[in-house]
Amino acid sequence: MKLSILKKIRVVLALFFFLLLTAVFIDFRGTFSEEFYEWAVSLQFVPALMKTITVAGVVAWGLITVLLLTLLFGRVYCSAICPLGIMQDVVSWFSRKVKKKHRYKFRKAWTITRYSILGILLLVVLFGGITLLTLLDPYSLFGRIASYLFKPIVVWVNNLGAAALSSADVYSILYQYDLTPVQLTVLGATMLFFILVIVMSFNRGRLYCNSICPVGTVLGFLSKYSLFKIELDHDTCTQCGKCMRVCKAECINIKQQTIDYSRCVACYNCIDTCPEDAAVYRISRKGKKDKAVEFKPVDMMVAKPLGPQMSKRSFLFTAGAGMAAVAGLASVKKVQAAASVQPDSTAHKSNGGKIPEDKNYAVSPPGSESIERFNDICTGCSLCVSACPSKVLQPSFLEYGLAGMLQPHMDFNAGLCNFDCTTCGEVCPTGAIKPLTMEQKHVTQIGKAHFIKANCIVETDGTDCGACSEHCPTKAVHMVPYGDLVIPEVTEDICVGCGACEHACPVTPHKAIYVDGNPVHLEAKKPETEKAKSDLKEDEFPF
Amino acid sequence: MKRRDFIRSSVGAGVATGAALSLGGANSLLAAEAETDFDLVAIRGGEPEVMFDKGIAALGGMSRFVKPGQRVLVKPNIGWDRTPERAGNTNPKLVKRIIEHCLDAGAKEVLVFDHTCHEWTKCYKNSGIEQAVAEAGGKIVPGNSEKYYKKVDVKGGVKLKETDVHELMLDTDVFINVPVLKNHSSAKMTIAMKNLMGCVWDRGYYHKNDLHQCIADFLHFRKPDLNVVDAYRVMTQNGPVGVSLDDLVTMKSQLISTDIVAIDAAAAKFVGMDPSEINHIKIASEAGFGTMDLSKLKIKRIVV
Repeated sequence: MKLSILKKIRVVLALFFFLLLTAVFIDFRGTFSEEFYEWAVSLQFVPALMKTITVAGVVAWGLITVLLLTLLFGRVYCSAICPLGIMQDVVSWFSRKVKKKHRYKFRKAWTITRYSILGILLLVVLFGGITLLTLLDPYSLFGRIASYLFKPIVVWVNNLGAAALSSADVYSILYQYDLTPVQLTVLGATMLFFILVIVMSFNRGRLYCNSICPVGTVLGFLSKYSLFKIELDHDTCTQCGKCMRVCKAECINIKQQTIDYSRCVACYNCIDTCPEDAAVYRISRKGKKDKAVEFKPVDMMVAKPLGPQMSKRSFLFTAGAGMAAVAGLASVKKVQAAASVQPDSTAHKSNGGKIPEDKNYAVSPPGSESIERFNDICTGCSLCVSACPSKVLQPSFLEYGLAGMLQPHMDFNAGLCNFDCTTCGEVCPTGAIKPLTMEQKHVTQIGKAHFIKANCIVETDGTDCGACSEHCPTKAVHMVPYGDLVIPEVTEDICVGCGACEHACPVTPHKAIYVDGNPVHLEAKKPETEKAKSDLKEDEFPF
Repeated sequence: MKRRDFIRSSVGAGVATGAALSLGGANSLLAAEAETDFDLVAIRGGEPEVMFDKGIAALGGMSRFVKPGQRVLVKPNIGWDRTPERAGNTNPKLVKRIIEHCLDAGAKEVLVFDHTCHEWTKCYKNSGIEQAVAEAGGKIVPGNSEKYYKKVDVKGGVKLKETDVHELMLDTDVFINVPVLKNHSSAKMTIAMKNLMGCVWDRGYYHKNDLHQCIADFLHFRKPDLNVVDAYRVMTQNGPVGVSLDDLVTMKSQLISTDIVAIDAAAAKFVGMDPSEINHIKIASEAGFGTMDLSKLKIKRIVV
């Protein structure tokens, strides 16, 4: 069998997963079902791992599949399944097109860096919070890049097309979509990592995967024990170095004819390139001959003279430690309410909205059970943000405090939580948002509405409004007589905290009604209504 | 085609009846013509599409309102992500039948939209209206983005002096308003006039600047050529979204009129309210947009 087929298979699979994952994150038309979302991300390593750890009784089959694949064939997850990895291959491919003489060569592993990052990350997860994993998990990072950076471009192009079509009286193919802009801090954080990954992959192929990515480190460790390995056949290899020059992982030591399996992402470029067919894929015969490049825990701990390489490493080490320390501080849960104030675009005469909302807690999505639980599990991949039909789920920056950085929260400026919708829980791949049945959803109280009478139009302007009560699905917010007018009143125990009232309230800059999050979600009472009646007989007219 | 054939034959039958009467002489001919001259038609006891067939025939058929080659805008209430059983939106069967009548009268195209409150694709789909429009041969148009709205002056408006209206409001020949009758926590009732709030982009402006006055002011910009109120299932409490099926009374009723004030006044009576209790009806009546006093109207009552 000609082994170069392996690379073709890898490329086809990689393109498939890349397009699939990109599609689910940039879909703004609600094209995909909840089941499709679930299926599309089921092989992603970190979410599958989180779900297995956090949801009792569930062992995500995606996790087992990836682990088995790794133990059989090496880091095929990294080359064919991980969307961030594939994105880097696209960048590397592009860089080889523009840089005529772009060639890779064998370089030493950043062993200390990668294990330090993994170690700190695990320590932080155990004692501080999930922030570091949120930032570095390649799947979640890619999700944010696709949602917050790629999607706006797609929507912009779509809107140009929709405008052209609607001017020709065609409305059925494309429609205008108003994208809710994410806050600049979130955009900045995403952009920063996007640029980092782009720059690293443009110059050094899979360096991010082999120095920073915690999944790369874990799977790299496992790959050393995989059944099938790429080997350079000493009898046929002429040490021409062609394989080395196409190796994005820079892990082929052509002089010693060895491969660092902890960094090899199983892309099969070497096999495809080798003119002598000396790069072979087979059940490993070498056993433990590769000690030269194998990771030795002891080495890592022993101080060595700092060369230029080391200073780079120690920089990253320090940066990682710094981030960990900051994350350790992690539980500033007080919300900066003022940050959510939107400028008033329409001039109006209303006098209202002078008293700031007193929000003590951000609102976590229904099914997350409590802010603390949610903050411990969610890696901020933004899949729920993408799938949320009402656009109410938006990425937070510090709304939950550092421990919940980049995790979605209910942004009632952006939308309201549809009473009859359970989408976020159904698509969440980590189990941070548990799926709810419709019955459970209807009584899940994620927060409570609070009314500020002094901000209300009815009070300040003396005219009817009632927008809040109009949108309330349980009539927890209802109107009671107030002179000649009617004014809102809140029955807290049937309020579910969906934010419809806050979203609809037209008062600016501060709303007259707002939802304060429940740190631990509660069960709301069901609204009781009497059966409506009419005195009119069937064939009678009231006039 | 079968449905249209049915309409054709029933309209044909109506014409035949008219012709038969006209044979009776000049007096009965006058009577036959005068019979379509109602200010308001109220129908009870049938399915939405049957009631509309009878009602529009009593007004002389859709061809009185829609001329061949015209573009018709049908504006139902599609505001909420609710199924037809919950009656949060206009009954899809009624919308479908109105479109069929328009096309039958020779309309070039019939367009349907609403600026929804819930996520629009869910509203269009779950209300059953998207499908109804497609089946009838109409065209459903999105109203979800500010980009579809154009700024217009509301000459004569007291509080609403300018607003952004959907582009279809500016380039359609006939405007048919098809609200559903519902209790409403802010406007007391939502009927024909209130349904026009779904034609503008910035509803918050209404709420901030005297809701009832703004609702009435909009009529300075454009008054519907025909109003059809769906009162088949009526949400008499907890409107406009409704908490459960308990909020509904099956009234099997429908109202048709060119007078938007009259139709709102008559609809209010169906739920036991006096029209003067609803501020925007009073304001619109005083501004001369129609007649609130039902005793001054020529009303045709039909029981199916």
